[in-house]
Amino acid sequence: MADALAARRLFALMRKESVQIVRDPSSILIAVVLPLILLFLFGYGISLDATRVKIGLAIENNSAPANALASAFRISSYFEATAAFDRRELEAELIAGRLKGIVVIPENFGEAFARAPETAQIQVIADGSNPNTARFVANYARGVWANWQAQNRAEVGGPEPLIRTESRMWFNPELKSRYFLVPGSIAIVMTLIGTLLTALVVAREWERGTMEAMMATPVGAIQLLIGKLVPYYVLAMASMSVCTAIAVFVFEVPFRGSIPALFLIATAFLFPALGQGLLISAVTKNQFVASQAALLSGFLPAMLLSGFIFEIASMPKFIQYLTYIVPARYLIPCLQSVFLAGDIWPLFLSNMGVLVIIGSVMFVIAARNTKKRLD
Amino acid sequence: MWQRLIALVKKELLVILRDPKSRALLIGPPLMQLILFSYAATLDVTNVDIAVLNRDSGRWSNEFIFRVQGAPAFHSILPLRDVAGIRDAIDTHKVIAAVHFGPDFSRNLEAGLPADIQIILDGRRSNAAQIVNGYLDQIASSVNAEVAGRLNARAPVDAVIERFWFNPSLEFVWFTVPNLVGSIALLIALTVTGQSVARERELGTHEQLMVSPLRVHEILIGKTIPPLLVGMFHSTLFVLAAVYLFGVPLRGSLLLLYVSLFIYLVAIVGVGLFISSLAQTQQQAFLGVFLFAAPAILLSGFATPIDNMPDWLQTFTMINPLRHFLVIIKGVFLAAMPAGELLSHAIPLMVIATITLAGAAIFFRRRIG
Repeated sequence: MADALAARRLFALMRKESVQIVRDPSSILIAVVLPLILLFLFGYGISLDATRVKIGLAIENNSAPANALASAFRISSYFEATAAFDRRELEAELIAGRLKGIVVIPENFGEAFARAPETAQIQVIADGSNPNTARFVANYARGVWANWQAQNRAEVGGPEPLIRTESRMWFNPELKSRYFLVPGSIAIVMTLIGTLLTALVVAREWERGTMEAMMATPVGAIQLLIGKLVPYYVLAMASMSVCTAIAVFVFEVPFRGSIPALFLIATAFLFPALGQGLLISAVTKNQFVASQAALLSGFLPAMLLSGFIFEIASMPKFIQYLTYIVPARYLIPCLQSVFLAGDIWPLFLSNMGVLVIIGSVMFVIAARNTKKRLD
Repeated sequence: MWQRLIALVKKELLVILRDPKSRALLIGPPLMQLILFSYAATLDVTNVDIAVLNRDSGRWSNEFIFRVQGAPAFHSILPLRDVAGIRDAIDTHKVIAAVHFGPDFSRNLEAGLPADIQIILDGRRSNAAQIVNGYLDQIASSVNAEVAGRLNARAPVDAVIERFWFNPSLEFVWFTVPNLVGSIALLIALTVTGQSVARERELGTHEQLMVSPLRVHEILIGKTIPPLLVGMFHSTLFVLAAVYLFGVPLRGSLLLLYVSLFIYLVAIVGVGLFISSLAQTQQQAFLGVFLFAAPAILLSGFATPIDNMPDWLQTFTMINPLRHFLVIIKGVFLAAMPAGELLSHAIPLMVIATITLAGAAIFFRRRIG
């Protein structure tokens, strides 16, 4: 009898929350509009694949090999080359940022090539103000040069390297950054719904005093929390499913894992994400402060401290320690794996374990802060 | 008119600074973000772990491993026993790459025959993996040169000379910090402005302001100046931190930087007022700010270069004030861009500022009726 009553109360609470979500334009904005915008931004706008980088080609030597190398750069699909006979013409463009690099085929190139083809030097000047692009320009230029040298060797002979490296990129042989950025952005979307939306909505209840009103009813504190969280859980999972469908069908990201694994991982992640949202609202009890806190402790760390774009191993030690408490850090490798690699249970289980622990800690603290107000 | 305006500016500044909670929120987080994210937001690859499956017992594979250990890019090496170990180490994220030497690697080299090194990379992190691959290739060619020297053979020489302008040792913070200065200034100016009209509307003081002797344009100017001051204050702090804390070289004209910073902030305050005039509540204003700031930062050339985007999106980014400002600030800091060039990026900022302020004025006025 008591159980039946409790279940009915819980059900009523969940219905009330759901109605609130559907009626509130800001919930719709966060749960529907923002995820779509973010997903499309990450799908189309954010790309680490430097294709057709604009470079200058200074051909300061008029000889057959110089011209042959120059045309190797012109036809390369990595570059869009603007040719000139003097590097000074191109340098101004590099300073203005319109060119990302200059390949200089120097005056003595023809002579040096005639003496020993492999010693004929070229110079690559790259715009270091963006180190990642600069490195790619230098590496791609080296690649074009090495291919051209290999062709020469085939024709006229020369030393072959003894050690040959043969690289294979697993899971993503075409090297598309979209393949790991789009699954990663699903983690950002789930952080937005789990943490930001929950923090905002619950903080508003505290601000308006409706939270106290709820507490005055026979509903227990645990029931209250569950009643609040289940609708947001459903919302986040729905949003995740839509994002996954878009990732697979619009952005053509392969999905090699299984759907149950995806749902399990997402559920494990929502535990700390919702806990954090609840904790923020219980501590701040103010919409503006809650929104800023959710942004600072939820959204930004999920973007920057999760290994989403930036490699955690490369960060300074004290920041690396900080990343251990960022829930998205554990979700992102799992999402990237379930899309690109398949079901890797050892990885999933250990990361899900950590998520559950972080989530439990957050719920305990949030529950304490909620009780305090009851006294 | 001046008296009224000054009184309003004073009142707005008080609103922002009076409450200790919001004062703390204004100063603390931006500085924390600058410091934390300057170090965290790096596409550099250092300290990564790799796995090695060495089925060769000769000296050359060991020479290779020795050089990997000495390189700052690598942290530790996980020794593997069999090929199955490669799958496990990569799959579970233990390492980003695995290097595999066959049993006759050294023997072949000693005999002057070609020998292969197999490198397996984690494509789930293909950007970092590509950089790791580059490092391993370099080590391979340095070992190769030594083998060739030992055999008195000609080795292919590396005849590509690299020069990195503006940032010769490719310090990533030199890239990150100027970008963060622009992005954080955007967030602060937007947050402060975005709340101002919405708060008054929510508290009901908006009508009081409207019936005061202040004219609409005076109210708008009064609401523009305080966030401008806050933005200028923070930017100054950030520029100082960039130079003295992070050691980013300031090579161009500081005056030109401040002139463009001013125009940039006016453009952003215009956007903020526009959002604020549309919003009914502070929560809506916050969401509006977020809805503008997230795409603005993602499509600014900070996260990834504009050139990598599809053409239609590149055209779209022209309306993004941050995009133009980042060119200017990086130009002033690193490249010492000539004044004419800077000006050509300041003009779009002026156009954006004019449009957003005019838009804010129209919406502000319409809301009165």
